[in-house]
Amino acid sequence: MTSSTTVLSGLHAWLVTDDVASSRQAKLGRAYRVWLELLANPLAFGGAVVVLVLVALALLAPVISPYNPNAQNLLEALRPPSATHWFGTDEYGRDVFSRVLFGARTTLYTTLLVAIIVAPIGFLVGATSGYLGGWVDTVLMRITDIFLAFPGLVLALAFSAALGPGIENAVIAISLTVWPPIARLARAETLTVRNADYVVAARLQGASVARILWRHIVPICAPSIIVRVTLSMASIILTAAGLGFLGLGVQPPTAEWGAMAASGRQYLLDAWWLTTIPGLAILLVSLAFNLLGDGLRDILDPRNG
Amino acid sequence: MQSVSTENRLAGLTRALRKLATSLVVIATTLFGLLVITFVVGRMVPTDPVISLIGPEADQQTYERVYRMLGLDQPLYVQFFTYLRDVLSLNLGQSFITKNAVTTDLARVIPATLELSTLAILIGGGLGIPLGIIAAVRKGSWIDQVARVVGLVGYSMPIFWLGTLVILVFYAWLQWIPGGGRIDIYNEGIVSGPTQSLLIDSIIAGEWEVFWSALHHLITPALILGYASMAYLSRMSRAFMLEQLNQEYVLTARAKGLPGRTVVWGHAFRNIRVQLLTIVTLAYCGLLEGTVLIETVFGWPGLGQYLTSSLLYADMNPVLGSVLVIGLISIIANLLSDVVYRFVDPRTR
Repeated sequence: MTSSTTVLSGLHAWLVTDDVASSRQAKLGRAYRVWLELLANPLAFGGAVVVLVLVALALLAPVISPYNPNAQNLLEALRPPSATHWFGTDEYGRDVFSRVLFGARTTLYTTLLVAIIVAPIGFLVGATSGYLGGWVDTVLMRITDIFLAFPGLVLALAFSAALGPGIENAVIAISLTVWPPIARLARAETLTVRNADYVVAARLQGASVARILWRHIVPICAPSIIVRVTLSMASIILTAAGLGFLGLGVQPPTAEWGAMAASGRQYLLDAWWLTTIPGLAILLVSLAFNLLGDGLRDILDPRNG
Repeated sequence: MQSVSTENRLAGLTRALRKLATSLVVIATTLFGLLVITFVVGRMVPTDPVISLIGPEADQQTYERVYRMLGLDQPLYVQFFTYLRDVLSLNLGQSFITKNAVTTDLARVIPATLELSTLAILIGGGLGIPLGIIAAVRKGSWIDQVARVVGLVGYSMPIFWLGTLVILVFYAWLQWIPGGGRIDIYNEGIVSGPTQSLLIDSIIAGEWEVFWSALHHLITPALILGYASMAYLSRMSRAFMLEQLNQEYVLTARAKGLPGRTVVWGHAFRNIRVQLLTIVTLAYCGLLEGTVLIETVFGWPGLGQYLTSSLLYADMNPVLGSVLVIGLISIIANLLSDVVYRFVDPRTR
């Protein structure tokens, strides 16, 4: 007991010490300080917990869901929430609780995929634009502005219509609407360090553009991009749900919260739970990402707070 | 002396003209990009435009004739220029469902959307901006906490879900609000005025019953949309105001003993008006996104419902036309805010 406490406090001291011995210690220490600050911010911590629970539920959905999410049982259709069906059943007698759990997978899959696609693209466009300047900057920023001119959902609607239904196409359509603000941000961050001494020194030593971007610009942009992407996750979730609500994106019978809420509208008067529960799930998760993003901004990127 | 001031004025004029030319080029390229996007989307669509026009039973000869008639045998760039010419001459094609020209349909649905979104932005700005400013002035107080929660929930709310729940509670259970549409059936078609806004037209015509019926239908979707923009506007105006309140001139004004109200509204607020204008414009463009969903939920016969119902039947001309119009409204709104920005803020002149 006491020995484990000493080990822990020793670890703590090693992580927060000011005279670091290795770059690994510095990196771990920085991550640890972020973690400590996150713990000190109850709202952001709550957001992180909800996100972690979402990830756990999505991973464990096949294990913990009491029913097959797509198994129909017309005899049990439109049953209100009860001990056997916690969130009731839908018009085909499918268990809503199981479908909400599997819907978490769809949501997480879409959101993560979009984030993984847009962060590098946004960074590359923005950083190249800001670092190179000149006509490259003009052309890239004009393209960014054109995409920014559309309200996100409308652009996503148009592209999903063009690409056809399906979760991958929804991911592409949403990605097309999320990258421009990230590019703008990366450009602004790049401009602040473009002529900094260490960047000029690297250039004089003959470093290639790619190397400067990767070794010197990425570390500068990373915090604000991480914050931006976390905050975007909430709007990605809402856009994906909106597409599902309009019948685009993920196709039945795959469980998706927006589509579940939409199909529940036909039975609104008899079965309030069909629309209410998936919508609550969307609200909760998008709120969690907003809280987490807000907290991360206070910690990682205080300038833009 | 005289010549110097003339020279100065000339230089100022040239500078203004150059700025104007630059912004015109910017607008032109943005518009061009908008058209490229809608053109590309239109070509990517999986449905065959010929089949949707003549039906699957038509013979090969008819198919080829229509194929050539639509210009689909031409190279892509020729098709693009045909598209450009059509759009510039306000020809957006025909809707397969309504059988009308898309421009005719758009002229019918746009006023309904503008009426809804304008009321929504008035609600959102009217409540959100004061809330944000008061939250900034009393930072850390309970009202600041309320503003924070209102903002966060508004940011995270799936708007179509909120609309559906409101219909369930206030229409189905309490029967306080009408079920959808723009006006009661027995009040339909009474006023047809110059502005195409039922509220304004019924006031002009003195038809008060129509006015109340229209307002009754309008107020719920407008409140829901307004809430979404209020979340954004209160948060941004809080941030802007906090920035001003930390400036030294505010400290000076306070030290001189000016009353708090004068410092906040007379000094600080004057300095954030321009920023507020920009974010109100952005919020308005964001509202257009919300209208797509809210109009579907409330059966509001506007642009959003036109877009989604056409989408459902893969009727692409109306879809592309609506997307184009929404993009165009956004560009115009941003342009207007830019112009007013220059007008209000002497530093940008």
